[in-house]
Amino acid sequence: MKIAARLLDWVDARFPLTTVWREHLAEYYAPKNFNFWYYFGSLAMLVLVIQIVTGIFLTMNYKPDARFAFASVEYIMRDVDYGWLIRYMHSTGASMFFVVVYLHMMRGLLYGSYQKPRELIWYLGMAIYLCLMAEAFFGYLLPWGQMSYWGAQVIVSLVDAISPPLALWIRGDYVIADATLNRFFAFHVIALPLVLLVLVFLHIVALHQVGSNNPDGIEIKEKKDPQTGIPLDGIPFHPYYTVKDIMGVVGFLIVYFGIIFFMPEMGGYFLEENNFIPADPLKTPPHIAPVWYFTPFYAILRAIPQKQLGVAAMGLAVVIFFLLPWLDRGLVKSIRYRGTIYKTALGLFVAAFLVLGYMGTQDPSLWYVNPVSRVCAVVYFGFFLLMPFYSRLDKTKPVPERVTG
Amino acid sequence: MMTSESWKKRAVRWAGLVAMVLVLPSAWSNPAGVKLDRAPINPADMASLQRGAQHFMNYCLTCHSAQYARFDLLLSLGLTEDQIKKNLILTDAKMADYMTVVLNPKDAKNWFGVPPPDLSVEARVRGADWLYTYLRSFYRDEHREGGWNNLVFRGVAMPNVLWELQGEQELEPGAGATPGDHHAGKLVLAKPGTLSPKDYDQFVADLVNYLVFLAEPARETRIHIGYGVMIFLALAFVVTRALKKEYWKDVH
Amino acid sequence: MSDVQSDPGRRKFLVGATVAVGVAGVAAVGTPFVLSMFPSARAKAAGAPVEVNISKVEPGMMITQEWRGQPVWVVNRTPEMLAQLAKNADLLRDPESEDSSQPDYCKNINRATEKHPNLLVVVGICTHLGCSPVDKMKAGDSGGMGSDWPGGFFCPCHGSKYDLSGRVFKSMPAPLNLRIPPYTFITDARLLIGDDKKGA
Repeated sequence: MKIAARLLDWVDARFPLTTVWREHLAEYYAPKNFNFWYYFGSLAMLVLVIQIVTGIFLTMNYKPDARFAFASVEYIMRDVDYGWLIRYMHSTGASMFFVVVYLHMMRGLLYGSYQKPRELIWYLGMAIYLCLMAEAFFGYLLPWGQMSYWGAQVIVSLVDAISPPLALWIRGDYVIADATLNRFFAFHVIALPLVLLVLVFLHIVALHQVGSNNPDGIEIKEKKDPQTGIPLDGIPFHPYYTVKDIMGVVGFLIVYFGIIFFMPEMGGYFLEENNFIPADPLKTPPHIAPVWYFTPFYAILRAIPQKQLGVAAMGLAVVIFFLLPWLDRGLVKSIRYRGTIYKTALGLFVAAFLVLGYMGTQDPSLWYVNPVSRVCAVVYFGFFLLMPFYSRLDKTKPVPERVTG
Repeated sequence: MMTSESWKKRAVRWAGLVAMVLVLPSAWSNPAGVKLDRAPINPADMASLQRGAQHFMNYCLTCHSAQYARFDLLLSLGLTEDQIKKNLILTDAKMADYMTVVLNPKDAKNWFGVPPPDLSVEARVRGADWLYTYLRSFYRDEHREGGWNNLVFRGVAMPNVLWELQGEQELEPGAGATPGDHHAGKLVLAKPGTLSPKDYDQFVADLVNYLVFLAEPARETRIHIGYGVMIFLALAFVVTRALKKEYWKDVH
Repeated sequence: MSDVQSDPGRRKFLVGATVAVGVAGVAAVGTPFVLSMFPSARAKAAGAPVEVNISKVEPGMMITQEWRGQPVWVVNRTPEMLAQLAKNADLLRDPESEDSSQPDYCKNINRATEKHPNLLVVVGICTHLGCSPVDKMKAGDSGGMGSDWPGGFFCPCHGSKYDLSGRVFKSMPAPLNLRIPPYTFITDARLLIGDDKKGA
């Protein structure tokens, strides 16, 4: 014991280990009323770690070369000991990352976590989301199957609609080719993961500066114990939220490994059937759909008949989340104390997002796909653009002084 | 007693789960619009897999490669090296060689119009049911150059290589069908083959069973390990939930 | 609100149980990652025993066969060469191959099987730092090895010298005799390198 204490003193004189432990865990006070929605932040961190570790092991056998890429993935799946497990962990992890992040963002919408004073946390989170989308897009080319190839082809063609030289610069060739694969590999395994890690760090630094929001949308720092200075509704993150998050992690792993071991393709949503056909630049598959996490935006793109406008709308659909802190003029944060108008608006928005996601997977030649997508796109943008008006008109309920548990 | 507030909390919690499920609706559709028969396969049936491997070597590997698999893969079907060398390797290939094909891709393109696809992961592209139905849905069609067509894969380039076994089917147009509309038709066996329809179905089932194995050799291991992992995680959940509850007794 | 008392003993036990489950879980998930770094099924298949036809290897000649990516020499030694081997003993570091690596059936002066004493089958990788030595089989000065050279192999990297049984000479950088892989004769003309359990 004495040696351990002396070692700790030695470290503390050179690195603020005990200070960090206290300020960010043992004496970091979080609201005691976190609910189910508050698991997804720590789960997103877990998935990030899983993706990095499995990614490192995949690069040990993957070959970023148009001639060998597809074969090297099959090599991992067949010949590398437990390569199939590592690959499924990574492919399932990619989809689960978006599941977790979408639920994490949903939490922000429900409880007004983007409102003052947490605007920077929201921006950093959105930056993480954009980075994640790019990471997923670049990574999806690597297996070099038909969906990889034509998915990338379609998305880069969108850039082509705006600026052909830019598209050429992104591809490094006249079509998606070996050069494209190589640079996408570089972005996927080095550049974006580094940016992601920095952004995640900053996201947490910003969070710990202002403290967590909670389902009641009350600032717990405003009601402190006069003697100790500890928020009355706060509990130390460690051990209370560490043990709670550990339970959440195990719950998540049951779903995650359940998919990996029993349905790794997830009915074609996590691993698409056509991606088991090697990329063929001369033959487009009859129906190209992006992976499910991009389909809401893809549906918006397709719903707009003019190409440039479609690209702009798709971009706006993502970027508009950044404006939320300004658009929301509501007097309260949490959905619990908002009025009917906001609740309806949020409900419509979630429904529109899900329907758009479904439409994005469907064949656009079906008669209902584009009309329904258009209606949903109007609802989607309406939610944001009308927010300054309806959020002000909304009849809110009185917010209690203390959290309600 | 359950207050209205806790009902709301519960509703919010479930909304999250419902959202997760709704984002992933599993829709099964077959572009050709033909109802697929369920492939009666059992991936644990070694005898069926061995027969399927034999059929594959005899009928498929002459034109289709399985270039990501080596012959030594067959060892995991309970076959010995001698059996594989004697019965399953029909060329001078060695155990450690990949299941490639001698057919020159250029010739193949001339003969069939398209090079025969590699079959290593075909079962993951098409699915077992599609393969099972497809291999039983060839019929005679004099309008086609090769003389064959297929109900599931219209205008397919491959002739029915199994016709000697299956016999020759013909398409009997359904009531009110326009000529050439093959969706409305029904297949009838016009000329019997060397196998009875029941034996032929078994033959195809064995072959499809093998193709499914070939597409993902680790499949059985995966599911097997999966049960262990689930049991472990269930136990871990019980322990961590008890731990959480114990600590949260402090929080009022 | 009902006041439930916390139970320190139960708490301690559950922390222990969680740590145990966590350690087991991390070990279980770590194992496949560690295993994935061992030679893959393809590498193992490529490392399978190889068959060589040795009918054309005349006395005094050698051939090189690749096995597991390494050069394996098959040397057919003349009776004179074999006679020389016994005389080398004093010059060698490990004349009886006590410390060196070879199958038991090759642990003799010839470093060959009883039935085929003339045939040396040896991995042509220097035991010093892994270079491949060159053939200096001819005795005497013709290979630039000095007039007292008894015939053998010479590693150009750091000058290690081996005799015709692949035994290293004294005061050389290389510590051990050349490694002999397991092998067996399927027939007199067909040699199987990498396996001595099956075949004839």
